Amino acid sequence: MQHDMSPSHADKNHGSLKSYTIGFVFSILLTIIPITVVMSGWLAGKASAIILMVTAVLQLVVQLIFFMHLREEKKPRYNLLTLILGLIILLVIVIGSMWIMMYNMVAL
Amino acid sequence: MAQLHDSGLTGHQVSHTEHHDHPDMEEMRTFGFWIYLMTDVIIFGTLFAVYIVLQGNTNGGPGPKDLFQMGGIIASTFILLTSSYTSGLAVLAMHKGNKKALLGWLGATVLLGATFIIMEINEFTHLVHEGATISTSAFLSAFFTLVGTHGLHVLLGLVWMIALMMQIAKRGITPVTKRKVNVISLFWHFLDVVWIFVFTIVYLMGVS
Repeated sequence: MQHDMSPSHADKNHGSLKSYTIGFVFSILLTIIPITVVMSGWLAGKASAIILMVTAVLQLVVQLIFFMHLREEKKPRYNLLTLILGLIILLVIVIGSMWIMMYNMVAL
Repeated sequence: MAQLHDSGLTGHQVSHTEHHDHPDMEEMRTFGFWIYLMTDVIIFGTLFAVYIVLQGNTNGGPGPKDLFQMGGIIASTFILLTSSYTSGLAVLAMHKGNKKALLGWLGATVLLGATFIIMEINEFTHLVHEGATISTSAFLSAFFTLVGTHGLHVLLGLVWMIALMMQIAKRGITPVTKRKVNVISLFWHFLDVVWIFVFTIVYLMGVS
């Protein structure tokens, strides 16, 4: 449609078939890896938990970049800023709850 | 005043892409939806925190290892991943101005999403038949709340997407329907991300 406009606008928030397909392949791979780790029982305990969390976070990054086009945002990057704020609140809630409820228990 | 008015008019006649300082209303609305998504992040974060804290409290009842049947869960994970991709293809078709392909990909997304929901309902009824209800233990209360909240979001997204398809069929691809497609695809990718964390933290970590 607007491909002859200035480059910064030509592909604003669009992506291409290629970028969507790359993202899809990545997300499939990042799902197969944790499934194999758990189902085959290669790694136990902490090592497996770390691999599971790392692949899940990478999956989030893949979706943000390839599907939600976070990287192609225009200059005042309000989307990125609100995302960072949301993630900070998320981490405070989750890690704070875990810390207080699981590692700080008094008497029990 | 007259001058201001004049520039305002020409501003609307010239295509939006040439106006850098002029905030586009539809873009603002998309950003507003993004802020809503961030509040949804906080809702799910809270439910995840509750689940993580309570997952060990099974009250003598069944735990994750006794309950989860991974075959169906893995299948529904791939179904939702694929639907995230097809909703992206719908956005691509929209930017190419291809209404038929847009409706087709949205339809494919709805079908995949509906399959996901049906599988989830099957899983829940199966659990309830096994005696694992929301009131059995703290673990199951947290489980049903977290997974059920995600399922409700998907269900709402389906209703919304079908309504949007009818609107596009009627009005075609306009700046307003464009923004709506962009917004719902953001919603859909977001639900996919939430499911990845449900799948990882609840199911995979539950059975490993």
